[in-house]
Amino acid sequence: MSSPTPTSSLADFAADLVSGRITVIDLTQTLSADFPTIALPPEFGQCAPFRLEEISRYDARGPAWYWNNFSCGEHTGTHYDAPIHWVSGKDFPNNTVDTIPADKFIAPAVVIDCSRETAANHDFVLTRSVLEAWEAAHGPIPAGCWVLLRTDWSKRSGAAYANMKEDGAHTPGPDPEAVRFLVEERDVLGFGTETIGTDAGQAHHFTPPYPAHFYMHGKGRYGLQCLSNLDKLPATGAVIVSPPLKIQGGSGSPLRVLALVAS
Amino acid sequence: MIPPKRKNPLLRTRAALQPPAARSRTALGITAAAARGGFALQVCAACQAVQYPPREICGTCLHDGLAWRAVPPEGTLIAATTIRVTADPYFRERTPWRTGMVAMDAGPAVIAHLPAGVAQGDRVRLAQKLDRAGQGAMVALPLAQPGDLLDDPMMREMTCDPKDRRVLVTDGRHAVGQDVARAMLAAGARVWLGVAETWRPFAAVEGAETIELDLTDADSVHRCAASHGGRLEIVVNTGLHTRPGGILERGDLTTARVEMEAAYFGPMRLAQAIGPALRARAADGTHPACAWVNVLSVYALANLPSWGAYSASQSAALSLSQALRADLRPIRVVNALIGPLDDEWHQAVPPPKLAPAALASAIVKALRDGVEEVAVGDVAQDILARFRDDPKILERELAS
Ligand SMILES: [Zn+2]
Repeated sequence: MSSPTPTSSLADFAADLVSGRITVIDLTQTLSADFPTIALPPEFGQCAPFRLEEISRYDARGPAWYWNNFSCGEHTGTHYDAPIHWVSGKDFPNNTVDTIPADKFIAPAVVIDCSRETAANHDFVLTRSVLEAWEAAHGPIPAGCWVLLRTDWSKRSGAAYANMKEDGAHTPGPDPEAVRFLVEERDVLGFGTETIGTDAGQAHHFTPPYPAHFYMHGKGRYGLQCLSNLDKLPATGAVIVSPPLKIQGGSGSPLRVLALVAS
Repeated sequence: MIPPKRKNPLLRTRAALQPPAARSRTALGITAAAARGGFALQVCAACQAVQYPPREICGTCLHDGLAWRAVPPEGTLIAATTIRVTADPYFRERTPWRTGMVAMDAGPAVIAHLPAGVAQGDRVRLAQKLDRAGQGAMVALPLAQPGDLLDDPMMREMTCDPKDRRVLVTDGRHAVGQDVARAMLAAGARVWLGVAETWRPFAAVEGAETIELDLTDADSVHRCAASHGGRLEIVVNTGLHTRPGGILERGDLTTARVEMEAAYFGPMRLAQAIGPALRARAADGTHPACAWVNVLSVYALANLPSWGAYSASQSAALSLSQALRADLRPIRVVNALIGPLDDEWHQAVPPPKLAPAALASAIVKALRDGVEEVAVGDVAQDILARFRDDPKILERELAS
């Protein structure tokens, strides 16, 4: 029996995980009934919130076992957006969660820290110049990586998290130029946020509306939202593990998002 | 107004006994009239004699055509007595209890329950009221009703006055829930007003205590039951998820599922979570748990196809209420049937439309009257009358 090559990077990786030289950070919000979902005008179809119904709990319905049925929308809680989610991505091959190549589910990430700006302005807009300033400090955003927008929004909860006013939600997000820069000039894998959507709360006023959805999915790229713990990630060097549920023809799914970080 | 004395927590809570309930099918005519707040006795089709007690053939001419009809309820109290000793467990706990004999202007002599203050020789007005077993009972009331009639111990057994009771109103996001809360507060109740998804903005109702409650979420319902289930006397289920749309026009089930959650599964969850505690307190002190109120579309009776899926959810809710009526007894299940509300979902519907505040007042009145069913507003009253006249004809009319 031949042993693996002693210099195998995968073996190093496994050893680093076991030894704790690589830390695993959970970027996922708990799936619970009271976590806010995207709020659309009531005449539109609505995304179902998360619900749990007990099947049995060591009782007459099942004496030795506890289990539940759950229900929710594809875009409930911390979730993944596939290109087919947006009309601009509807005709891509392999644009559903069940057909996206599995190697897209593990990828490096850069983290753009805008937590200070967001604290001062709930409607903070991520612009191309913010991205260029980040690159000046950290180097060019590499192709094939996740771009995660850190706003510390995940530290809020309930009404402060949804931040709904009479004119809609007020949460941070990118403008059209920033998204086009990431997709067309940097060829990123996708865009991730801590808020309910990848787009800003007021993004329906941009041209085009919802630019993160429009351009990312329009180029076959992916989205992650309702992330947490982005403050625990380095600006560069983290690896994201984010496989969605394999829903046939699915436009997205709730998922567990993990980050691997060198300690 | 002196609030009722707080209960002594060292004493066993009085079990909810019910008055004797054995009645013939024929006698259920009185129950039906009482449930609707009417007054009806059998009238002979041949000789017009008004019958009492209910029977199969005319007591005067032996004709078998006896129909239940509204008859004048006035009469004279010709005898009154006070029961101090009885073998019946329910009445034993409630003695002294007054009954009397009323000679009705319409003919028959009737034995009726009496409140304090009516005396032999008085002119009285008979009423049919539901007792705690849900059975129709005869009550003789003074012609000039005193303002505190509902505080009379006999009347308290027949009615569900919100005064000094604690009320849960399920949906404070809807104008109906908000106005019901206001009406209950004005009627002297303490009110908890449920609000779902508190992360969305909402307007609190002054005087009501807002609680998180989402009937579509089992965990939320159980949390509500854990903190409030043992201290509620009235539940008003105002969960209205009103959306237009015919079955084929909609083309999917997404909205229908939400409608069923709001109208059927949600109230079922709440009933399972707090119903047993409510029922167990149905004889607890002077202000026991007494009522469960549902707001239902009158199109629960017959489907309005342009609101086809919504109507179907309301039929499910109506059927649920009938099951609860049996399960929750002696808690009274009251259905307020409504037509189109004056709200944003009925913008294109021509008047008459029901104002939420008018509905709220009607619910308080239904509780004070002790009825089980009330049609509120012109449309609901019209549809209910046509339903009772001929359900098939109504179905065709609504489908045209
Ligand atoms: Zn006759």
